[in-house]
Amino acid sequence: MAGAAVLGRLTWLATEVIGATAETPRVRTLQLQAESWPGHRAGQHLDVRLTAEDGYQAFRSYSIATAPDDELAITVERLDDGEVSPYLVDELREGDRIEVRGPIGGYFVWDGSERGPLLLIGGGSGIVPLMAMIRHRAGSGSSTPTRLLYSSRTLEDVIYQEELDELAARRNGFELFHTLTRSQPAGWTGYGRRIDGEMLRDVAWPAAEEPQVFICGSTRFVDTAADSLVALGYEPPSVKTERFGATG
Amino acid sequence: MSAEDRRLDGNAIGGLLLELFGVELTVAPSVCGSCGSLEPVARLHVYVDAPGVVVRCCNCEDVMMRIVQAPGRAWIDLSGTGSLELRALE
Repeated sequence: MAGAAVLGRLTWLATEVIGATAETPRVRTLQLQAESWPGHRAGQHLDVRLTAEDGYQAFRSYSIATAPDDELAITVERLDDGEVSPYLVDELREGDRIEVRGPIGGYFVWDGSERGPLLLIGGGSGIVPLMAMIRHRAGSGSSTPTRLLYSSRTLEDVIYQEELDELAARRNGFELFHTLTRSQPAGWTGYGRRIDGEMLRDVAWPAAEEPQVFICGSTRFVDTAADSLVALGYEPPSVKTERFGATG
Repeated sequence: MSAEDRRLDGNAIGGLLLELFGVELTVAPSVCGSCGSLEPVARLHVYVDAPGVVVRCCNCEDVMMRIVQAPGRAWIDLSGTGSLELRALE
């Protein structure tokens, strides 16, 4: 094994915020320009480090929202008692500088060359790494049959809503399934409950088609979705999961 | 918050492991020293809010790794891990 090939380097990179877009009242996308950023794969994350005037430092991990060929961006949800996310969502301005390191992760990654259809299951801001895969699929002209089951509290909390609707309207193999767990608008035709085995039986490809599965969300959400798929006959190693915590 | 809600997975320490070992380790096959099951690090159970980081087997829940950091230093206890397979990047 060549040492140079196996050794990665992870250093904090000076990074400028070059754009910020509100996605929902609690969620914002930050476009970043990181010095010497080595590029990323769809599904990877990065660490953001903030340094206070007194030298105190805090860092958190955020999923990369964009396709490998696009500019680097992260999408951040504000956790009200969090140490980092309120600053990223409410305070940071274009031109501000932060530090990032990455890309990080090689497991929860979809490159587009894998066999089988793609099943993506996201809860809340768990949509973010899945969106990188969806954007990669669209940007690379992939025809991989893809289904997204996306659970949000209310319609107002749906991140990337317009873009997802637009991609689904192309009818080129990307199908979108929403569930709204807390309240549903009048005339809502999607699901209106927490994710469960019956919902997954409706949405998921039969296990025999050997789909690539990516599930991202809170621990409870991910466990429910993964356990339901295994009960439907999916092999546990084929179900790739990423859980995020409640510290932001 | 219950222990179940605090449980993350190996993806959450991808950056930490890359920092300590210089290698992308979330894909690395790991063998539990207790039950012998083979899983990529990404699937292991991870608690980051203990004093330090605790990594448990996702099958038998025995401790596989403990990592504690202090300024300029890190302590790594791998006594619960049978083996870790490091692969060259493709």
